[in-house]
Formats: sequence, structure tokens, C-alpha cells
Amino acid sequence: MSLIYLDDVSTLALASNKCNGCGRCVQVCPHGVFASNGKKPWINDINLCMECGACAKNCPTGAISVESGVGCASALISGWLSGSEPSCDCSEDGKKCC
Amino acid sequence: MNGQSHSGRQMAKSSEITESWQIGELATPIGSVPVIATRLSAKDKLGAWKVRWGIGRMNYKVSPGLYAVGEPDEASPVLVSANYKLTFDALRQELSGLDCWVLILDTDGINVWCAAGKGTFGTEELVSRIQAAGLSEIVSHRLIILPQLAASGVGAQDIPQRTGFHVEYGPVRASDIKEFISSGNEATEEMRLVSFTFKDRLVLVPMELVPAIKMSLPILGVVFLSNQFARKPLGKKDLAAFAGAVIAGSVATPLLLPYIPGKAFSLKGWLAGLCWTAGSLQLSKGFELQDRMLAAGELLLFPAISSYLALNFTGSSTYTSPSGVKKELKYAMPLISGAAAIGGVLMAAAHLFGKGEKK
Ligand code: SF4
Ligand code: SF4
Repeated sequence: MSLIYLDDVSTLALASNKCNGCGRCVQVCPHGVFASNGKKPWINDINLCMECGACAKNCPTGAISVESGVGCASALISGWLSGSEPSCDCSEDGKKCC
Repeated sequence: MNGQSHSGRQMAKSSEITESWQIGELATPIGSVPVIATRLSAKDKLGAWKVRWGIGRMNYKVSPGLYAVGEPDEASPVLVSANYKLTFDALRQELSGLDCWVLILDTDGINVWCAAGKGTFGTEELVSRIQAAGLSEIVSHRLIILPQLAASGVGAQDIPQRTGFHVEYGPVRASDIKEFISSGNEATEEMRLVSFTFKDRLVLVPMELVPAIKMSLPILGVVFLSNQFARKPLGKKDLAAFAGAVIAGSVATPLLLPYIPGKAFSLKGWLAGLCWTAGSLQLSKGFELQDRMLAAGELLLFPAISSYLALNFTGSSTYTSPSGVKKELKYAMPLISGAAAIGGVLMAAAHLFGKGEKK
């Protein structure tokens, strides 16, 4: 059973005109957001995107943009309360362990 | 920085002899490298269990640097990973029978994905660790295999010109490493996708439950005190409804995540909490007016608690986006706090001033 989060929230954008078709984004995306037929990939299902930023970080031509960041509710709440940037203290939580 | 790290590596080596997972040393052109076990000891397993339950969790890390598995030579593959002990253990137990090098980055004891998100498993650390380990003198090839989930922190295109090494992204899960290497560094589509199985969620539950219990204790303390003078003391039924709501949010929602309707975690948690609270109220029949007020209070407050606890689980999920969590918070937090406040007032009123049948 696959899990899908909220629709139409991801900030992911792909500028195909800058893309050289290297395929790196298809490779690094952990949610299969991109599809390709061996040439320039396209965004197949943006609602699967978790904004991890891997695709943009590894795109050699800067064709991808996405606002990646901390996605923990508790970090966002404490960030709001203290008026600072949210930071996920994973060292204590060891969450998302792979 | 370079020279410093180099001596750091030398020092780390001599202190590591005492580590239970080191089974020998391997001579290389640039000095001896610790050989690590691919079987976990009882101590490793106990350590993992303690970490999961939050007992002495700080500093569960290994020294960064180069390690050997089996009898690697200059042609053997190089795997890169993080210095969180659980990550290190998860990796090495999948490497039995292989001859390879393992380069451990200093991620401050944080797992690969989180560290990549923070940037500690990043381009800079990778570059300096490759240089500090003298990797180019140890292997003749120029390829390093990174876990795919490191891609949020490392820009693979920046590594070759700075180190001479090319980056290959391996599978998401350590358990696929052997197959990946034996198929000539080819990952199947499935190896590239992150999952969030029942088992994945189960191991995360203690980390949800422990803080939830800690949060509950002061509430129970206050009720215990107010029960001494309240007109209508709260009893076992109320305690069961409350405890059930805490478990609904921190245990049931994570475990049953795909089966609870809705996409927002707060909605899922609220539904789970509502089911439990309504169900447990249903069992206690024959309300009087004050009982109804208490029941209404519980129906507002308890599912709100479940909802909040479930919302926290977004931090552990492997598929929620920051933009989505922000949106969810914007809608859910006012509702949660409003319901909790009204519910709390109703409960307090019924509890303190209601017509009690002193038990
Ligand atoms: S941000 Fe992450 S999940 Fe979204 S498309 Fe890029 S790699 Fe995939
Ligand atoms: S990583 Fe960038 S350049 Fe390469 S295929 Fe994807 S979008 Fe195109």
C-alpha cells in the first residue's frame, strides 16, 4: 500500500531548456518523481515529491529547483515559537534511519 | 585541515583497537587500517535497542575514517557511509563475504539521510575525508559508492575535479548493496525507492511513545491532586480514555498509517483518537448533565491530543514534504489548540464543580 502526502504542495520545478538529459535526477530521487525515456526526464508525479532536494543538488546544469528543508512538525513548531530557523535535531532522535 | 585530519586518523586507529567490532588490522601503503566484523555482537544489538528506546542515546557513533571488510586490495570497491553506529552496523552486517573498503564520514553520529539533509554528509566532508584517508594511494580505481540517500547533501558533479573520484549512487537500503555490486553497480528501480513499511514504522514507535508518556505524566499529576478536592473525581474510565488517545496518536496512527483515511497526519491521528474516545465513552452509559459536559470535554480534548501526536510523526516519515507539513500545521494547529482549550475547560468545569457521586 503506497503512502502519498498532501497534493499540490511541492515547490519542485524543472526547466527542461537547461537540462542536458544526464539522467542523474531520475537516479537519485527516492520517490520516483521523474520519468524518462532515455533522454530528457520530465516530472511524472509531483505529488510524490518530498522536497528532499537530492535532484536539484545533483543536477549539473541547475535545471531543477526545489525548496528543501526540515519537514518535522515539532521542529517547525519550535522554530515558530523561538522565531528561529527550524532545525531537526536528528542526533538525538536518530530518525529516518536507513 | 588536511594535516590535522591525517593525524586524527592515526590517533583514531590506536584507540579503536578496543572496539568490539574490530577484528584485525590490514597493512596498506599508507599505514594499517582496522578490519571490521560483518556480524553484530550481542553488545551491538543491545546498543541498538537502547538507542531505539532513548536510553543513553547520545554519542552513539564510531570514529570516522577508512575501514576494511574482508581482504580488500587496490581494485576493491569503496563504500561511503555515516558515523552513526546504527548506520555503521546496518551496513557492515550486509557486507559478509565481500572484500571492500568502507569510508566513514564524520556526520556527528547522525544517519545518512538526516545528515545529508543537514549538510554534514556533504560535499566538503566527503572531499576532506577522501584526502585525509589517502584513498587515492589505497585504491587504483577512481570510483566511490555513496548511499543514494546521501544525494541531498552531496553534489556528485563537484567531487571529480576536487578529488579525482567519481561518485556512483548505490541503493537506498544497505541490504541491496551486495546485489548492486555483483550486478556491476546497477540498481533496480525498486532499490532506488524509499519505502515506509510496517516494520519501518514499528521501529520508530518507541521514539513517539516515550515523549508522549513524558508529556502525559504532568497532566496525570495535576489530575491526581485535583481529584483530592474535586466534586467529581476523574476515574479509571477517564484514565483509560486518555491513555488510549495518547496511544492512538503515538502508536496506532504510525502503525496503521496507510489504513486510516485522509492524507494529513493530523486528520489521521484525530480520527484514531476520536474512535477510541467515543468508543470508550459509549461503554460508560447513563450520562447525567455533568457527565455529558465531561464527555463533551473528553471528545474535544482527547482526539486533539492524538492529532497533535500524530502530527509529530511527520518528522519520522519518509515521504512528507516540508511544504506539506507547513500547510498542515497552518490548518491543523488552530483547530487542535482550539478543541483542546474548549475541551479542557469543559472537563475542568465538570470535574471541579459537577455533581459528583463520590466514590
Ligand atoms: S526533491 Fe527529492 S523527492 Fe522531490 S523530486 Fe527531487 S529527489 Fe525526488
Ligand atoms: S539532473 Fe539536471 S541535467 Fe540531468 S537529466 Fe536531470 S534535469 Fe536534466
